[in-house]
Amino acid sequence: MYKVVGKQKLSSSVYMLEIEAPAVAKKAAPGQFVMLMVDEKGERIPLTIADWNTENGTVSLVVSQVGSTTGKLANLKPGDTLAHFVGPLGKPAEIASFGNVVCVVMGYGMVTIVPIARALKEAGNRIYSIVAAPSQTDLLKLDYLQGVSDEMVVATSDGSYGEKGWVIEPLRRSICKNEIQRVFNIGSLCMMKLVCATTKEFKVKTMVSLNPIMVDGTGMCGACRCSVAGKTRFACVDGPEFDGHEVDWNLLMARRCTYPVSLEEAASAYRCQYCGQW
Amino acid sequence: MAELNLNRVGMPRQEPAVRAKNFSEVALGYSHEMALEEAKRCIQCPKRPCIEGCPVGIEIPDFIKALRADNLPEAVRILKRKNSLPGICGRVCPQETQCEHRCVLAKKGAPVAIGRLERYVADWERGQATATRPIPEKLPPSGSRVAIVGSGPAGLTCAADLSILGHEVTIFEALHVAGGVLMYGIPEFRLPKAVVQGEVNYIKSLGVDIKLDWVVGNTISIDELLDEGYKAIFLGSGAGLPMFLNIPGENFCGIYSANEFLTRVNLMHAGEKGFDTPLPMGKNVAVIGGGNVAMDAARCALRSGADNVSIVYRRTRAEAPARGEEMENAHEEGIDFRCLVNPLRFLADSRGWVAAMECIEMELGELDAKGRRRPIPKPGSEFVLEVDTAVVSLGTTPNPLVPASTPGLNTKHEGTVVIDNSTGRTTRPGVWAGGDVATGSATVISAMGAARIAASDMDSYLRQKVAANWQ
Repeated sequence: MYKVVGKQKLSSSVYMLEIEAPAVAKKAAPGQFVMLMVDEKGERIPLTIADWNTENGTVSLVVSQVGSTTGKLANLKPGDTLAHFVGPLGKPAEIASFGNVVCVVMGYGMVTIVPIARALKEAGNRIYSIVAAPSQTDLLKLDYLQGVSDEMVVATSDGSYGEKGWVIEPLRRSICKNEIQRVFNIGSLCMMKLVCATTKEFKVKTMVSLNPIMVDGTGMCGACRCSVAGKTRFACVDGPEFDGHEVDWNLLMARRCTYPVSLEEAASAYRCQYCGQW
Repeated sequence: MAELNLNRVGMPRQEPAVRAKNFSEVALGYSHEMALEEAKRCIQCPKRPCIEGCPVGIEIPDFIKALRADNLPEAVRILKRKNSLPGICGRVCPQETQCEHRCVLAKKGAPVAIGRLERYVADWERGQATATRPIPEKLPPSGSRVAIVGSGPAGLTCAADLSILGHEVTIFEALHVAGGVLMYGIPEFRLPKAVVQGEVNYIKSLGVDIKLDWVVGNTISIDELLDEGYKAIFLGSGAGLPMFLNIPGENFCGIYSANEFLTRVNLMHAGEKGFDTPLPMGKNVAVIGGGNVAMDAARCALRSGADNVSIVYRRTRAEAPARGEEMENAHEEGIDFRCLVNPLRFLADSRGWVAAMECIEMELGELDAKGRRRPIPKPGSEFVLEVDTAVVSLGTTPNPLVPASTPGLNTKHEGTVVIDNSTGRTTRPGVWAGGDVATGSATVISAMGAARIAASDMDSYLRQKVAANWQ
């Protein structure tokens, strides 16, 4: 059993949970994920590691309440337990001294990218962060990413915070103004697809973190298979980070919708306004 | 000596039309009378060839003799001397090619139903109160700690042997339940999960500690285990990586590896009340492959509500690697065998869901390297099969997580770990391996046999009976 030791509400439907899992905390690296089961009859779902503390032996996750399992997670209180929690899984993000790096994020990505951004900054990169959200109330823990960014631009669709708009314009601006060596991108599939189309024009290598459906998370089932550079790859063991210019986005989007949640469940969640993807 | 009886006692089974709609066990097991009657057929021949046919060397005539004398505790003791998982082996071993194949009665009629008798004895024991079950005596503590990677048939067997020999054994299991392929792969109707958990509990009762949710290679590496004071490590992580057809359209929605499909049904209980994992079942399901796993997937699909289920196999049933009994069971339940057919590509609807499979007819040509007739496509015979769910069951290769994270652990192509077959030693000092991780996908019992060989060598190594130099 894995105890919930902390819970923080980040928006109306997004929470950050801190879980006691010393073995996972000890080995965690930026970009990796865990598989968890809330109870013995639950699903196994993957969640990106948003932070960890080796001293306390805890791992933090961001939970966006979209389906039944994330709903169960969002209802947990400190002191409650998860039945199973396994990791760290997947390959860590590629961290090197690239030079100028843009981190483009939306949704839970604005929190889960922080370990990657922090490691990139420690490796000597200059970090430009671009954050998008529908509205100010959808901005999650902004100071967390701000703390590891050299510059940050926030765009909201309704203009309630930062500039009015989405990520593509500020991204283009940033690439034109600064000499960008690498882009890191975590967001909805639709957003990653459009970001990658943009950076491809500028020939800036863009790493994306994929979060397809998984069952075991260790390479056993192949539910998470995606097509990268024309080859079938497993996001759980070959990823989750891939070169976004090589990803077959349409296939990934179709596979992501294998088990659609009901419209009622969807109503409370954060959905990409451009394509309806999570 | 009793008169030679050439006919075995039949196994009671659920009727095909009934069992095709439930997940309960197909073969119901012998009654006490049936078991005694079948046990009487064993002539207790002096040559005892059946033992040579058993990968773990069970003293088969002796357990049958004890059973015949109605001394079931003694029959259990004899079985467990060589086999820690008799309830499992009695059900899923291919006895027809092993012990029963060697039985002297097989020359004239039906061999003694050794597997059914083994199952009977194991099931009798499981029905007894825990306190009255015979437990083998353990040697005094050796002071050595041993780590075992994976709690499938190989890992459980190795753990039981080493624990009885006095070592302190910890199993590291990646999934949330112990049992490996016995839990996620083989379906309930062929191997009830209560039987598997009964055997797992027996292993625990020997003092083995099973740590769930530990992915060796990720959560902890082999090097770290050695640093933590484990003196010997057994790698029994199986062959968990599914192979695909590598044909166009294979990643459309509704196309599963057999591993995913069976894991959803068996381990995650998809479709069962109260469980969350989904598996919407199509009307027309095609399972591609001719092994036991393909039969399991097809029969699970049928039980999960599919209207039509076909096995699509590029050779004929005569060449198929599945057990004859399992193919017959599948056939009786209404699975359609489309033999000499090979898929060429998948076609999808507008949502990216599989809608059809373009296939080609095959014919058998010359013998290949393994002595099976090679399937050859018949030009111009292409046709389209309507499917809304497809399961790819072409076999599996070892998961690379451990080899990739363990310096000095050599693998062959297809990822199998290199071992010395007489000891189970890998190329990495202090690390043994056995079962599917070393052979690629094979049987439960061959994995158990390899695990016993490794356990014996590990014990000698830990007691420094063998030279410390690692070969």
